[in-house]
Amino acid sequence: MSELTFTLLRLGYLVLLWVFVLSAVAVLRRDLAGPRTSSSRRRRPELAGPTPTPTPGGGAPRAPQRGGPSRLVVVAGPLTGTTIPLTSSGVLIGRAPSCTLVLDDDYSSSRHARIFPQGGQWFVEDLGSTNGTYIGEERVQGIIPLAPGVGVQIGQSVVELQG
Amino acid sequence: MSALRPEENAPARIAEAVLLVVALALGMGGMWMVGYSLEDGLPEGFWTYSIVLAALAFTTHIVLRLRAPYADQVILPAVVLLNSVSMAMVLRLDLSPLDMMVGANAPRHIMWSAIGILLACAIIFVIRDHRSLRRLTYTAMIVGIVLVVLPLVPGLGREINGAQIWIFIGPFSLQPAEFAKIAFAVFFAGYLVANRDTLALAGKKFLGLQLPRLRDLGPILIVWAVSLAVLIGEKDLGTSLLFFGLFVGMLYLATDRVGWIVIGLTMFAAGAVVAWSIFSHVQARVDVWLDPLNPDLYDREFGSSYQIVQGLFGMAHGGMFGAGWGEGYSDRVPFAYSDFIYAALGEELGLTGLLAILLIYLVIVQRGLRHAVGVRDGFGKLLAGGLAFVMALQLFVVVGGITRIIPLTGLTLPFIAQGGSSLLANWIVIALLLRISDAARRPSALPTRGALADPAPAMGGGDAIEVGGAGPVQAGTEAGAGRGTTPDEATQIVRGVDR
Repeated sequence: MSELTFTLLRLGYLVLLWVFVLSAVAVLRRDLAGPRTSSSRRRRPELAGPTPTPTPGGGAPRAPQRGGPSRLVVVAGPLTGTTIPLTSSGVLIGRAPSCTLVLDDDYSSSRHARIFPQGGQWFVEDLGSTNGTYIGEERVQGIIPLAPGVGVQIGQSVVELQG
Repeated sequence: MSALRPEENAPARIAEAVLLVVALALGMGGMWMVGYSLEDGLPEGFWTYSIVLAALAFTTHIVLRLRAPYADQVILPAVVLLNSVSMAMVLRLDLSPLDMMVGANAPRHIMWSAIGILLACAIIFVIRDHRSLRRLTYTAMIVGIVLVVLPLVPGLGREINGAQIWIFIGPFSLQPAEFAKIAFAVFFAGYLVANRDTLALAGKKFLGLQLPRLRDLGPILIVWAVSLAVLIGEKDLGTSLLFFGLFVGMLYLATDRVGWIVIGLTMFAAGAVVAWSIFSHVQARVDVWLDPLNPDLYDREFGSSYQIVQGLFGMAHGGMFGAGWGEGYSDRVPFAYSDFIYAALGEELGLTGLLAILLIYLVIVQRGLRHAVGVRDGFGKLLAGGLAFVMALQLFVVVGGITRIIPLTGLTLPFIAQGGSSLLANWIVIALLLRISDAARRPSALPTRGALADPAPAMGGGDAIEVGGAGPVQAGTEAGAGRGTTPDEATQIVRGVDR
């Protein structure tokens, strides 16, 4: 093998080594960039049941839809004024410390209710609470759609979605 | 459980397959160039080595598709690249006619690589959920301590080159400390996830540092004693540093208290100074580190700086772009195939190649830490974080020793150095990281729980493997003093609101 061929091979080898490194980094860039924009995420839920999990630590994922409600606000009860930014994984409300909105309220259950998005629409679900979840006078049975501005009564608190 | 059915919509792992092809091409290219530069033809065993590596790499790829479809796609190709480049290097040193290189044994290296990869596949296949390891917390502690002590048992252990870290069983020699590393990582993760609140919150504040209570210091004292015992009994500075660094690093991960790092570094510094003042071999290492080119040190019979100086000369000869596969004098460095393989690679691939290899390690470590952030259970976080950290620390100790940043110690470069124990242990580490990354990246079951098509409220919650950001199921089993073990985004969100 001539000197020149060997030199070319030697440098070509290093180039290929760096091609590997850079393409590995390119694959990683996808999750270094943080959660994807809303448009690419919205497409998936219709195809598959599971929505891709927002990567924790990669910044707070935004609400799944532009123009939809962006926060959950407590409008009555001891925590009045508390605001929670909405994420695509929904909001869990109850007394358990692991809930997103933790209520210190004897009338609420430890995992009381859940408010979550599905296909661009928000829903409220009662998780088998003792005292029930109410919209107006009506007790929530199973899962029902929730429009922004409609108050949901959980124990002594009332929460609502706001744009 | 969907045993062998690839899950719907699971990623096809195309990126992994493509990167694997490039990685294997680099390994084969290396071996090919070694052959043509040293023997003017294909080296003996070229096809065997290439086919074994390729077959096993793609077997692992398929096992991942079946058993961990969401696992990280970069870790496996990166590790396969390191392993096949090391195959080329060991082959190159095996072909060297020098007496010093009789220890380089390419057939044995491929055998241990194959066993390591198959072991990793078996682990991915058998362990479906990394949290099952949590049950082994205290078993792992005992296994770790036994492994550390084994080389001191008369008859099993034997002193080689001044360090008593090997055990001999029949024709095979093993370095049990490599496996103890994994056992300790499992133990620390299990122990810390249960006790981190006491470790983090109890205790006085002193000079802005939260100091732990004296009685909470028990385990750290035990580990300190174990690593000192390693240092004194087995004369192995590197392993001792590795264990202690692992524990302090994981304590910091678990508690977020800088106080632990200060205490840990102080204790290690004290231990190191004592060891330095008592043991002549430690003094020799430090002297060689400070002044390797001193003729007295270079020529002396025991603890001479010959090896480190030859390594430095080799890397200098390699320069920016390296001498090329098979063209350098890397076989003149004692133990170029194991402890000093970094210097050998530096000579043949140059700084450009070394930086690429270091970056590949960085990618692996970054993936480990990234999945520690992503996975939802505290045990998985600590285990992934600890394993990634210990790999980074080991790399620092090895590369720092060879490049004279710190005194030289006898650790091996993961996946590259020839040596069965090191290969097996690090492939186990990779299998665990892949398993945890699968759990971290798997879409959460929680958002689907309220899906209109199937409004059964208990679905997903009962499975308890994937818990969404809030982690309500885990809180029941793992909650410490009123605080969920996962510092979940939920609490962070509410905290963010309060401000």
